[in-house]
Amino acid sequence: MATRGFSGRRPGANVAGRLPPGQSQTNDFPVLAFGPTPEVDLATWRFTLKHGPRPLAQWTWDEFMGLPQTKWRGDIHCVTKWSKFDTDWEGVTIDDLFAAAGVAPPTAYLLAESFDGYDTNVPVADLVGGKAMIATQYANAPLAAEHGGPARLLVPHLYFWKSAKWVRGLRFTARDEAGFWELRGYHMYGDPWREQRYTNDP
Amino acid sequence: MNAGAPLAWQNATILRIERQTPRILSFFLRAPLARHEAGQHVDVRLTADDGYQAQRSYSIASAPGAPELELAVERLDDGEVSPYFHEIAQPGDQFEVRGPIGGHFIWRDEDGGPLLLVGGGSGLVPLMAIARHRASVAPDLPTLLIASARTWDDFLYRDEWLAMSDRMPEFAVRVTTTREPHRRPGDLDRRLDQMALREILGEWGRLPRHVYVCGSTPFVEAVATHLTHERIPPRQIRTERYGGAV
Repeated sequence: MATRGFSGRRPGANVAGRLPPGQSQTNDFPVLAFGPTPEVDLATWRFTLKHGPRPLAQWTWDEFMGLPQTKWRGDIHCVTKWSKFDTDWEGVTIDDLFAAAGVAPPTAYLLAESFDGYDTNVPVADLVGGKAMIATQYANAPLAAEHGGPARLLVPHLYFWKSAKWVRGLRFTARDEAGFWELRGYHMYGDPWREQRYTNDP
Repeated sequence: MNAGAPLAWQNATILRIERQTPRILSFFLRAPLARHEAGQHVDVRLTADDGYQAQRSYSIASAPGAPELELAVERLDDGEVSPYFHEIAQPGDQFEVRGPIGGHFIWRDEDGGPLLLVGGGSGLVPLMAIARHRASVAPDLPTLLIASARTWDDFLYRDEWLAMSDRMPEFAVRVTTTREPHRRPGDLDRRLDQMALREILGEWGRLPRHVYVCGSTPFVEAVATHLTHERIPPRQIRTERYGGAV
């Protein structure tokens, strides 16, 4: 159904080809979170890998910064309809994290868990093979608190609510368990190219 | 999480348009959506003649169960969709909506109170849905609205908020105007900093059980952090931010 009188502002072909359906390019960096930005103290910061309730490995901030650091540049897509191109991140890939912990993923799913109580589910297959990292730097500077600093998950091929801010650990789960937004109307997987925004989107 | 059909795009018809402030218009729609919760939003999709589409999200201002769906749209000078609403859309025109959406920034009767609502600019839209719902299901629930607007005339739904306050003794309204002097005794004309919020909450004298903060990113970042410093547990503070940050 055409909307009478709407012509819109088409992006150029170079931009359009990088925009998943229903998205628009933004040049600033919107901030989304369900509550206040938590104050996270690096002195007490810990990052923990767990299998269910059982800890598999844990790092302090200094130990974490001693892990191999990897840079990534690319596009990110938020379910609230903005996409941002050529964002620069640095952090520890999930591959390097698992290697440092000496663990092979015990299950096919996990929940990323955050200091503010947020969590979100991601299949392990979407985190390994260089597809995701725990990011501590954005645009060559420490990641700002409002964008998830000191550390956030970065899974750029999924909608950005999967890239949990203020992340404090990854917990392997036997099944694909819904996280915070997945329990509140949002899609279990969240592929922007298939426009999987809400629960029953195909 | 319920297995079922995806939220489908539905045709919405504009029934009437009302100016709320110099920059904000309300659109009253007929649209076959499921009943919403107070605080939810809808996705809007506009389609050009050649098939090009643009999507945006807008908060719902109307109360759950209201016969017309009300969206309040602020004109953004560099916008793509809001200029359509402000310059082209007329009663009888149609576009598409999908929703309602959102399961966190909502208030239901059984959630109770006291309620603290803090809104800046068009961030008052979902708070009005909550206040309208409260007025019909819990008119005695202690509630404080703290509104920030650039000027008295930019204060979205000003007359309705003030009328609610006149009509319901437990509904208090405090306004701050950031670009002109305050109009009412007890109101403010500065940013909602830590001291301003401490003063206002102290005078209200209640401990809010649920807090809803909506507005621009810098507004929400500042207010939500200040509120946690006033000993409101972070998990009781729900936020909705719009617009960018660096």
